[in-house]
Amino acid sequence: MIILNCLYIIAEVLLAIFFFRFGLKYISHFGTLGENTQLKVWNEELQIYERKTGDNSMLILLFSVFTIAAIILFIWILCLIVKNIRKMIQLNKKGEHILSFKEVLMDLLDGKFHITLLAAPMITLVLFTLLPIIFMVLIAFTNFDSSHQPPGELFTWTGLTNVTDVFLGNSTKTHTFFGILGWTVLWAILATFTNYILGMLLAILINHKLVKFKKMWRTLFIISIAIPQFVSLLLISRALEPAGAVNAALLKCGIIHSPLPFLTNTTLARICVVVINMWIGIPYTMMTFSGVLMNIPAELYESAEIDGAGVLQSFISITLPYMIFITAPATITTFVGNINNFNVIYLLTAGGPFALDYYQAGKTDLLVTWLYKLTVDQHDYALASTIGIFIFMIVSIASLTVYNHIGSVKKEDMFQ
Amino acid sequence: MKRHKKMVSIGLHAFLTLLAIIWLIPVFWLVLSSFRAEKGAYTSNLWPRSFTFDNYIRLFTDTRLFNFPRWFINTLFVAVCSCLITTILTLMVAYVYSRLRFRTRKGLMNVSLILGMFPGFMSMIAIYHFMKAIGLDQTLLALILVYSGGAALNYYIAKGFFDTIPRSLDEAARIDGANRHIIFWKIILPNSKPIVVNTAINAFIAPWVDFIFVSVIMKDNYDNYTVAKGLYTMVDKANIFEYYTSFCAGAVLVSIPIVALFIRLQKYYVSGVTAGASKG
Repeated sequence: MIILNCLYIIAEVLLAIFFFRFGLKYISHFGTLGENTQLKVWNEELQIYERKTGDNSMLILLFSVFTIAAIILFIWILCLIVKNIRKMIQLNKKGEHILSFKEVLMDLLDGKFHITLLAAPMITLVLFTLLPIIFMVLIAFTNFDSSHQPPGELFTWTGLTNVTDVFLGNSTKTHTFFGILGWTVLWAILATFTNYILGMLLAILINHKLVKFKKMWRTLFIISIAIPQFVSLLLISRALEPAGAVNAALLKCGIIHSPLPFLTNTTLARICVVVINMWIGIPYTMMTFSGVLMNIPAELYESAEIDGAGVLQSFISITLPYMIFITAPATITTFVGNINNFNVIYLLTAGGPFALDYYQAGKTDLLVTWLYKLTVDQHDYALASTIGIFIFMIVSIASLTVYNHIGSVKKEDMFQ
Repeated sequence: MKRHKKMVSIGLHAFLTLLAIIWLIPVFWLVLSSFRAEKGAYTSNLWPRSFTFDNYIRLFTDTRLFNFPRWFINTLFVAVCSCLITTILTLMVAYVYSRLRFRTRKGLMNVSLILGMFPGFMSMIAIYHFMKAIGLDQTLLALILVYSGGAALNYYIAKGFFDTIPRSLDEAARIDGANRHIIFWKIILPNSKPIVVNTAINAFIAPWVDFIFVSVIMKDNYDNYTVAKGLYTMVDKANIFEYYTSFCAGAVLVSIPIVALFIRLQKYYVSGVTAGASKG
């Protein structure tokens, strides 16, 4: 335990060095996110403008977050040291044996095995998920947008401006937000239920007694979803363009006389994404339902037959409730997945047709594709973060309701 | 009665055939275009005028602008590394949550759940600047870290599987003097082959199909692109006429291994989806 304490102290020293050498100069600007704008200074001798480096608000914020994390770690290890020493004193008083370093290590493989196993995953989680998310949540309270781009310009704290902008203040942004929110919800409902019902029907069809080569049919449908979406969806989106293959085929057959604006007319584009999402989604639901259908206990049907139930009746009173019950959690997960269904929308229409009354968005944009566009194309990070937090709120409310209603989460120990 | 049955059977098969054709048309179109000799994405004739193997050859020989062989090797490298790391991390986390009981367990599980609900794109800018700060931007290592960094969040299915392995196995081993370390490696893992395979295949496929994180991290460093981002670049407005058929050829080459893996994965997919509820 003495060696353990030494190791802790070494870690403390390293953290302290990190703090004073590196963290301090960033965290001291945390309150303002930097004061000195980058300047162009006229250099008389060389006859050119020279750049005088100013503060970089983004780096200040990013490294402040990391430094705060380091401080928390520092305090935590300090607590561990105190705890360790206390324990040693206690053991000493009772005259008991103080654990050797080897015994501490052995304990890490048994009694405290969770610490050993969780160490690496938790470090990556904190570095690549937790801290970046905290950073982005903080961004939502700044004015980090396209006109405040470091290193050229500074951005600063603006409190709740972004939130009020989205919900009340700025009419274009409010209009865009509620427009997109409405379509996102409509889309998620349509996409989930079309796939659910039709996928269930397809599974029942394939599972019918008279259908031969069941496995082959299933595989045929699965091939289409196994192809990476960026391939299949890009291909379909190019085929749906005015000069694309679908229009060419329809023109040739004489069904239409001029190309249909599949992806440029709002209503048509919305119908297209829902229909093509069926092409992607039905095989998935079919797979799920096939597995469920095969697992329905046969004795249920046998006893129903003894009671004189017909085929239709046993379907309605056994198959259907069983399937709905088993797939209920997965359905909510799918619903949440559809709210965030980036690929289908982005690859097919890229959110288009572009809407003039929207703020940097199109008529098929979901909240998540709007967020992506704001981040990558517009560099409007503050607004994007605000929307991200809102998506998080929708998703977490939906998920928490589900997780609280799944028995298996509560009774996880029962079956072991 | 028998005749009636036969009619139903024929009807069912005809209907399924029709549906299968609808589902396979885009796949067929992809393969057809990859062998088409005329260039361009938009042709008035649907059936190619002549067939060629050049699109495939060109992918591997014409590497001036788009270096497909290099992308392929990049992706393979990233996929193998992130598959190894992700699988190990995920299984470790799943085992801890399933078998070990400690004070912060519930709290950690809840935090993981909450973190998983933030849209992934939200943090990618922060990740990019973090990578830049430690000098890893535009490198393959950064991609590996990004793909495997969230492994601790995807423990759910593996945990569900570990939950079904009887506790009596652990207890028997403990009586024989095994510690938890040995139980994990020698008892739990060998009994969990399906979930190991499932986790590994999923992690392996991810880098082949992601084009978003690659765009953010690699920016315009074409040489470090993965196939997904590379192919995606081939069909943007500037390149689509010249490279459309090459895109199709490349897409076919990438799709074949993924389709094979995916078909293998399907039986685990079902158990994963239903695992949560069937015990409830």
